[in-house]
Amino acid sequence: MTLGRGQPSEGGLPAPAPEPVDAADRTRVGVDEWVAEAEQRRAAQTGLSGMVVRVWERIPAPGRLAILIGPFAIFPFITSQGNLYRYGLITIIYALLALGLNIVVGFAGLLDLGYVAFFGVGAYLYGIMASGHSGHHLQAEIAIPIVVVSTGLLGLLLGLTSWRLLGDYLAIVTLFFLQAFVIFVNNANGGLNDFSYPFVGKVDLTGGANGLDQIDPFNLFGYHITTTKGYYFFTLISLILLMTMLYFVNGSRTGRAWRALREDPLAAEVMSVPVNRLKLLAFMFGAATAGFSGTIFGAVQSGAFPGDYDVGLLITIYAIVILGGLGSIGGVVIGALVVNGAPELLRSSANARFLFYGVLVLALLVAMKPWYKPVIVLLGTIAFGFAVHGIASAVWSRGTAGHIEGGGQFGRGLEHWVLLPRHTQSIAGWAYFALIVAALVLTMLHGWQRLLALIPTLYLASFVWENKLVEQVSGATRLILLGALLVVIMNVRPSGIFGTARVEIV
Amino acid sequence: MPLLELRDVSKAFGGLQVIDHLNLHVDEGEIVSVIGPNGAGKTTVFNLITGIFHVDSGEIVFEGDKISGLAPHRITNRGIARTFQTLRLFLNMTVLENVMAAEYGKTKATVLEAMLQLPRSRKEEKRIRQLAEEKLAFFGQRLAGYRHDQPAYSLSYANRRRLEIARAMATNARLLLLDEPAAGMNPHETHEITELIGKLREEAGYSILVIEHDMHVVEGISDRVVALDHGVKIAEGAFDEVATHPLVIEAYLGVRAEAEAV
Repeated sequence: MTLGRGQPSEGGLPAPAPEPVDAADRTRVGVDEWVAEAEQRRAAQTGLSGMVVRVWERIPAPGRLAILIGPFAIFPFITSQGNLYRYGLITIIYALLALGLNIVVGFAGLLDLGYVAFFGVGAYLYGIMASGHSGHHLQAEIAIPIVVVSTGLLGLLLGLTSWRLLGDYLAIVTLFFLQAFVIFVNNANGGLNDFSYPFVGKVDLTGGANGLDQIDPFNLFGYHITTTKGYYFFTLISLILLMTMLYFVNGSRTGRAWRALREDPLAAEVMSVPVNRLKLLAFMFGAATAGFSGTIFGAVQSGAFPGDYDVGLLITIYAIVILGGLGSIGGVVIGALVVNGAPELLRSSANARFLFYGVLVLALLVAMKPWYKPVIVLLGTIAFGFAVHGIASAVWSRGTAGHIEGGGQFGRGLEHWVLLPRHTQSIAGWAYFALIVAALVLTMLHGWQRLLALIPTLYLASFVWENKLVEQVSGATRLILLGALLVVIMNVRPSGIFGTARVEIV
Repeated sequence: MPLLELRDVSKAFGGLQVIDHLNLHVDEGEIVSVIGPNGAGKTTVFNLITGIFHVDSGEIVFEGDKISGLAPHRITNRGIARTFQTLRLFLNMTVLENVMAAEYGKTKATVLEAMLQLPRSRKEEKRIRQLAEEKLAFFGQRLAGYRHDQPAYSLSYANRRRLEIARAMATNARLLLLDEPAAGMNPHETHEITELIGKLREEAGYSILVIEHDMHVVEGISDRVVALDHGVKIAEGAFDEVATHPLVIEAYLGVRAEAEAV
């Protein structure tokens, strides 16, 4: 405000003289060095992972798709039926689901917690149209479009709530919708508490808590998909098509409008974007994708059960989207792979062992700088272990008498390093407790003290792992490890594996 | 016929009368400045014109059609675009995308066409990309070339203001509403903005309604100045008239004009 600056005696405002402009000053203003160097700074910041990202970004889009999907295409030929279902098909169905959620949450920024309900609606709707339970046997090429359109319309209805609600408020309302859905399918079995529908009266729609069973396998133009492999490829092709289409949409006016709406709804509206219509569109596409995935899931399971479409699945799908990177199309595939693959891999103790030590070493290498510190710690821990083992075998032979089941070369090496008492129960319990204390102490130490304290702590961790956790690897341990893995990944890449850093500065 | 006309517009927030029977017009090719102390209702006027707020009474007419009551994006498509006093860029989108996002109203391709990459979608995409680059080129070296693909958050403050103007230009606008375009700028940049606003009219043919606190800028650009205080128009006319108007000085300085005059 320059108005008050003049002398009142002049009668009103001072006559403002234009700013003097000399040539030297003008050129200085023209060079915006901070901005000019933005690219270089970005490259310098990220180091090794930055190099990977740069190489990745230089690959054209079809190449990136091929790299992501290629392994999935050869997977069925190198694995067993059961593994194909657990690791392969479920991962792809998750990826498909996450892709739909990515439209709503990643692109348009609408926090939709009712999303999984559409997955359920898809499965149930297909089941109602084609199953022994309902007695109808519609062709899949007719049933699937009906499911996709109706879940899309249902999504549109739910999307209406987003006209005035955003953020937490929208989340709660949509979560209510999910709960309502679960309660509905639990009760819509034509029983006492069920609705009496217009025209038809009471009918058993969903089978209630027992689920809707005997859903038909896909019957596409007379061709029956009956094998896991068949569903695998059907789903994989759907995923590829959807990823490609979404890639195009993301680069189009609609994708830009979605992202603009995510960044600033008011500014988007004033910049000629019909915000409300685009919110509905996002909800609709997300819901239709979920409905489509639901038909596949229903047909694969040959049934739809209320417990499958609950908050647990919602959290899994959100974890996939967030881990892969909000708004990233390729990220959902990687996210699904990690979130579904890791816990499945952890079922065997040999795999779990590799993952445990791998994550430990990786976390050390990433978290400690400069490079020689983690190396000191690792070498120190190895030496410490052999020393302890040597002393123990001399004075306390029972302490080294145990064996590692399986694990091959690596396992045999470990037997000479980590203490394996014969009766582990009480010792391991106390060690577990000591490990927690040690971890807490560690957070209070700094510098070289922390470095030195890390060595026995790491050894203690391996001791606890080999004597206690590895036994329960298919139970609680699996989840502890998965949690640790997620924490490490999200710390290394806070905006998701494929996500780009977002800023909120003004 | 004026390009934009506010007829007897009033707006209250609860018991607070923010705009009180305001009459205002902008003629074709004119640059009109709105001045007034903080809280005078200047930004509210912009929010009313762009449809973010609805008028309580009176009407807003653009090119002879009533626009008050329309949704903001429809008003923008009619030909009014604005910038924000507190910058509201799409920070995590690239510079070019920021401008292209504002061209939504100029395109028609549906999602399905985009999904299948049908000719209309591709053609439109190419056209608006070119158009966006033209808009950015208007700012010369400032927003040129290599900066188009970097995210908007990496721009300096002054460049963000320029990008907001470029984004507003990218809509179908004939009338630009600039909310404090020189706020937070150093004297050189302020001078540049003054020149730019002139250029916006001379070369690009926009009519402009501008809110500005910097009197150098106001004097440099305005055909006409409107002074607001407490939602009431207290003076209107050429810069010199308004700047020396007793009520304006009172509104700003809070002293009686007679007491000051020697």
